[in-house]
Amino acid sequence: MSETDNVVLDVRGLTISLPEGAERAHAVEDVNFTIAENELLCIVGESGSGKSMTAHAIMGLLPAPHVKVADGEAILNGRDVFTRSEAEQRAMRGGDVGMIFQEPMTALNPLMRVGEQIDEALRAHADMDAARRRERVLELLAAVGLPDPESLRRSYPFRLSGGQRQRVMIAMALALEPRLLIADEPTTALDVTTQKQILELIQRMQRELGMAVMFITHDFGVVAEIADRVAVMQEGRCVEIGTADEVLNRPQHPYTRELIAAVPHYIEHRDAFNREGEPLLDAQNVRKVFSLGGGFLRRGRELVAADDVSLTIHPGETVGIVGESGSGKSTLGRCLLGLHRADGGQIVFDGTDLNRLGRRAFHPFRQRIQMVFQDPYASLNPRYKVGRIVAQGPLAFGTPRSEAYARARELLELVGLDASAAERFPHEFSGGQRQRISIARALALDPELLVADEPVSALDVSVQTQVLDLLDDIRHRLGLAMMFITHDLRVAAQVSDTIAVMQTGRIVEVGTSKEVFSNPQHPYTQELLAAIPGQNWEIPEDLRHLRAQRARTPRGADA
Amino acid sequence: MGKIVSFLGRRVVKSLFILLAIVLINFALIRAAPGDPALVIAGQSGASDPQYIEQLREKFHLDEPLPQQLWTYVTDVATGDLGYSYRQQRPVWDLIAERLPATLLLTGIAYVFSLGMGLLLGTLAAVKVGRWSDTAITTIALLAYATPLYWIGLMMILLFSVQLGWLPAFGYQSVGAGLTGLDHFVDVAAHLVMPVLTLGLFYMAVYARLTRSSILEVRDMDFVKTARAKGLPERRVVVRHVLRNAVLPVITFAGIQAGYLIGGSILVETVFAWPGVGRLAFDALLQRDYQVLLGIFVVTSIMVLVFNIITDLVYTLIDPRIEVS
Repeated sequence: MSETDNVVLDVRGLTISLPEGAERAHAVEDVNFTIAENELLCIVGESGSGKSMTAHAIMGLLPAPHVKVADGEAILNGRDVFTRSEAEQRAMRGGDVGMIFQEPMTALNPLMRVGEQIDEALRAHADMDAARRRERVLELLAAVGLPDPESLRRSYPFRLSGGQRQRVMIAMALALEPRLLIADEPTTALDVTTQKQILELIQRMQRELGMAVMFITHDFGVVAEIADRVAVMQEGRCVEIGTADEVLNRPQHPYTRELIAAVPHYIEHRDAFNREGEPLLDAQNVRKVFSLGGGFLRRGRELVAADDVSLTIHPGETVGIVGESGSGKSTLGRCLLGLHRADGGQIVFDGTDLNRLGRRAFHPFRQRIQMVFQDPYASLNPRYKVGRIVAQGPLAFGTPRSEAYARARELLELVGLDASAAERFPHEFSGGQRQRISIARALALDPELLVADEPVSALDVSVQTQVLDLLDDIRHRLGLAMMFITHDLRVAAQVSDTIAVMQTGRIVEVGTSKEVFSNPQHPYTQELLAAIPGQNWEIPEDLRHLRAQRARTPRGADA
Repeated sequence: MGKIVSFLGRRVVKSLFILLAIVLINFALIRAAPGDPALVIAGQSGASDPQYIEQLREKFHLDEPLPQQLWTYVTDVATGDLGYSYRQQRPVWDLIAERLPATLLLTGIAYVFSLGMGLLLGTLAAVKVGRWSDTAITTIALLAYATPLYWIGLMMILLFSVQLGWLPAFGYQSVGAGLTGLDHFVDVAAHLVMPVLTLGLFYMAVYARLTRSSILEVRDMDFVKTARAKGLPERRVVVRHVLRNAVLPVITFAGIQAGYLIGGSILVETVFAWPGVGRLAFDALLQRDYQVLLGIFVVTSIMVLVFNIITDLVYTLIDPRIEVS
């Protein structure tokens, strides 16, 4: 982008103050950037970096009265946004600036028809009669690529998929052809194939309308896919800003370098895994059907979550289960753990069919198969001290108290925490640290198989890498077999020996990580791989080395 | 439309089963009362010669085997015959029907009052959360919620009737005044004020608290942010987006309260000598007039069942996610 471009938004010295007693005094401090017509600026950062706050400040949507703009200006259409009156700001919102949010599932009013919600935006800003507005709604729905606009206009949001809802959000944000579109992690909650479509849609709409786009994300793949320019934020400050080429390929600031090094990618130097002996787990033709909405007098709809799933896991092997939401990958994991009973097939673990076991007979196997859950904030009992959380499993299996607690301390050290963590409560730890606690808890029973269900998807990239490295390190040291469930192919590639791709309850492809990645056979796998954002971008060579080095010495990390 | 009809049909069938269960429990309760019913009746009427008792037995089918009696009772209830109050010498249904209008007038107005005021105050409090008006509303709601109904009633009588003489202390209308037309309307309205307030304050407090907390929850939801990002006027954001979603739990509770439109005003009717079903129940209880009590029990049960169905219907109208299937 050259200097002569028409600058739409000019943010100068933006500082946002937080209420007293917050972690830091300013959510955002002295941030400067401009976005021109036809330009897409990506703002990258981890949670708490202030990237969302910046966007909300420009929209005048900061949670008043505690959080407010303390200093700086944001010039839009020649005038500072922050000094405008409430009515003028309202006219700007939805008029000159459109915004879309992260969570399409909750961003639409569940009680209002889709058309009505778009119509509202038109009614608030434009002088159109009902017939003209209706026409415009249909036009917009068609423009964002939604099928059958006429019937969709009358649908309620709950009828729509996440991707469709995000399209509706985009239609709504673009209803008045704003000069600036702010997109706050608009694809983070979406499946990778849907993400691809939404990214393409945003780019297309930008071209058509010549908008400036401020795109907030934490994903460097997405950045590489769409950005013209990139701003990197860390703890409220903009540490690096430049063209996409500069920031992605020649990052200068140590934090940017660290973030890029942490981007998950397929690691070439992984040794091939040799399967030896009998499989530890041999699942044959597993089937699980859920009955939905059944009642007293009638049968519910049936949902096949797993159908004819066969899979083996050998001792020491990590099997990645990859699939989009609703593919049945979590259901499969829960069947292996005995949390769901499969409706058909066998789950043979070390010679015993778990699926035939009753509650009591299953008990000893609970020790041998353990699980790490996705949400580190919800999976630890907030009222227990960490030591007790970790020791609880062994205590339930009859380990003496002092021994169990001593082991808990050992394990906390093993996962890179201090032994003194045992005396503290979960809320005193960050997300990454909590996930380490979850792992320690799972390891406390000396399991042979670890089922990890999206263990890193709630974490920031840099923390994600540390947790992945920890899991990798531990399974090598303890010879653990692991089933690693994830929606993210890049993450799966990084940790798995074998990858199984699931689609609508079936495994469509199984192979070694390398095979699946370099030579995918099934069309769905090919589609998934093609949808990974930023494929044309290679992580700079020097940073790849940094990452490889890290992987070898994961201990003592401070996630 | 067809969906709603089939939904109604299914719900009515289910409700009939529940009602049958209630009638069976009723029957068991009558039989569980100690002593021979004929002896009790005879005792109440002061005569006790064996022939009279035998006559009573025959009259009330007490000489038949139990299943036969059960059948008789169920078919009676099914045809609207709730039994006969020996004490009042009148059919139970007539007694109840006579009192129903007064009760429904009282509870209906109290219902509308509490729901309307509760929603209004709750919304005001939530919009002004943390300010003095919020504190005032929350305090009033807490007081109304915590103070016993009858005490409020008695204090109001003391203040408005005894001290100030503004409002009549008890009854449904001025006895023997023979008022007609508008005068009659004003007379009844004046009699209604205190009972309605007494009965309504409690529920008003419940609705206000419920609405307030529900709004505070909904107001931070994503779609409210979306509405703001669209640049909608604040009023529209509150009414169309926040309130509409926040009102759902209130409806649940309003449905429950509606079920008690008949049976829930015993205390207030007693305090204000209101000639309604509640009073009837209270008197029947004191006089051990089981037939009347059980009749009221059946009628109240039917009300609860009917309002449950209505609540579910209202829900499906307001919340498209809930389907009538």
